[in-house]
Amino acid sequence: MNKVISGAREAVQGIPDGATILMGGFGLCGIPENLIAALRDKGTKHLIVASNNAGVDDFGIGILLRSRQVKKMISTYVGENDTFERLCLSGELEVELVPQGTFAERLRAGGSGIPAFYTPTGVGTLVATGKEVREFDRRLYLLEKALRGDFAFVKAWRGDRLGNLVYRKTARNFNPLMAAAADTTIAEVEQLVEPGSLDPDTVITPGIYVDAIFQGTNYEKRIEQRTHRPKGGAGA
Amino acid sequence: MKSESSRERIVRRAALELRDGFYVNLGIGMPTLVANYIPRGMTVILQSENGLLGIGPFPEVGEEDPDLINAGKQTITEIPGAAYFHSADSFAMIRGGHVDLTVLGGMEVDQEGNLANWMVPGKMVKGMGGAMDLVAGARRVVVMMTHVTKEGEPKILQKCRLPLTGARVVHRIISDLAVMDVTPAGLVLAEIAPGVTVEQVRQATEAELKVDPETLKTVMV
Repeated sequence: MNKVISGAREAVQGIPDGATILMGGFGLCGIPENLIAALRDKGTKHLIVASNNAGVDDFGIGILLRSRQVKKMISTYVGENDTFERLCLSGELEVELVPQGTFAERLRAGGSGIPAFYTPTGVGTLVATGKEVREFDRRLYLLEKALRGDFAFVKAWRGDRLGNLVYRKTARNFNPLMAAAADTTIAEVEQLVEPGSLDPDTVITPGIYVDAIFQGTNYEKRIEQRTHRPKGGAGA
Repeated sequence: MKSESSRERIVRRAALELRDGFYVNLGIGMPTLVANYIPRGMTVILQSENGLLGIGPFPEVGEEDPDLINAGKQTITEIPGAAYFHSADSFAMIRGGHVDLTVLGGMEVDQEGNLANWMVPGKMVKGMGGAMDLVAGARRVVVMMTHVTKEGEPKILQKCRLPLTGARVVHRIISDLAVMDVTPAGLVLAEIAPGVTVEQVRQATEAELKVDPETLKTVMV
């Protein structure tokens, strides 16, 4: 078994117009930089992209918005992107806003063979519109449906030829959930290693969820909000 | 400068909600500043919904790690004893009632404990992020905000007018003028800022305020 492919360009070859793609990351942290850039270069259109955020104007998913390749975004917060705002207001981009915990759980359900679940989040709000509400133990819950993708683009720190993945710090975020919730999962990693190099106890995404893997290049890993404390000082 | 000091007063009062051993999620913006006022000797573990228990201080210049941010996308550090997890685990903690306290900002709160802080119709909607899950799941929900808008309009209402973040979810409101508790009997004035009269608070509040002079305290900051 060898899931290793040459790179992002090969990875996006088979992605058709109109595909639904799950993209890992929180803000610009843990995003599949190489895959997003390759998809921009290929010019695939009418995409439905599910990702917590929509990148910034000139980086992350923002570059796919700029080139008008995205038809619809499924996200939880999209505040850092002017292009996004402009496309929304002009009606060129459709948006489904989902509470973040519901978004995460819909992905987990999607990867786990669970078609829907009840959650207390959003009861009594606009999010509940059109959804079944049911009472359990004298509390109200909403029925939310699983979310899956045709493809998932995930970013990990290290991965092996069999697709086992290890993440680093908060760059993990939605990546493991998305890896499990797509028909085809493509992983880009900073370090591609041989099977046996990863401690099996530390693997977060077992290789069964990953169809293709490659070592990415030229990671920018841009920081959105650079915040500091004075040297030697405390404070948050 | 007046707004600066009233913000600071709200932040310092909100920090008094912390208890030793609490797991706490602080919202983006003003609530994040509460971390600067954790009393010395008290252990409070801060949760970040993007996948970290144990937020540390901001990094020193040159020590930033792009793989380590908080929910506001700011560079942070981890404390000794921190733990990382994915987003579904993060919200299992939140929704599952494991987070003792969340402190959030608010645009409107009403006397039934309804909170609106994510959307203004007609303006660009940026999304609710994790706020709806936090108010649905945290054991205690404290909202900190200025008592009135910049235009002087009340934000503590009989009934929220903006779309809700959560229905009947708020336990306590901390403003620059007062501390108020949502109770089965209605909105109770618990504390009042030094130099402020009950009448002034009433005038700045649209909600019905219950006041018991026996229990009313001056804000302890």
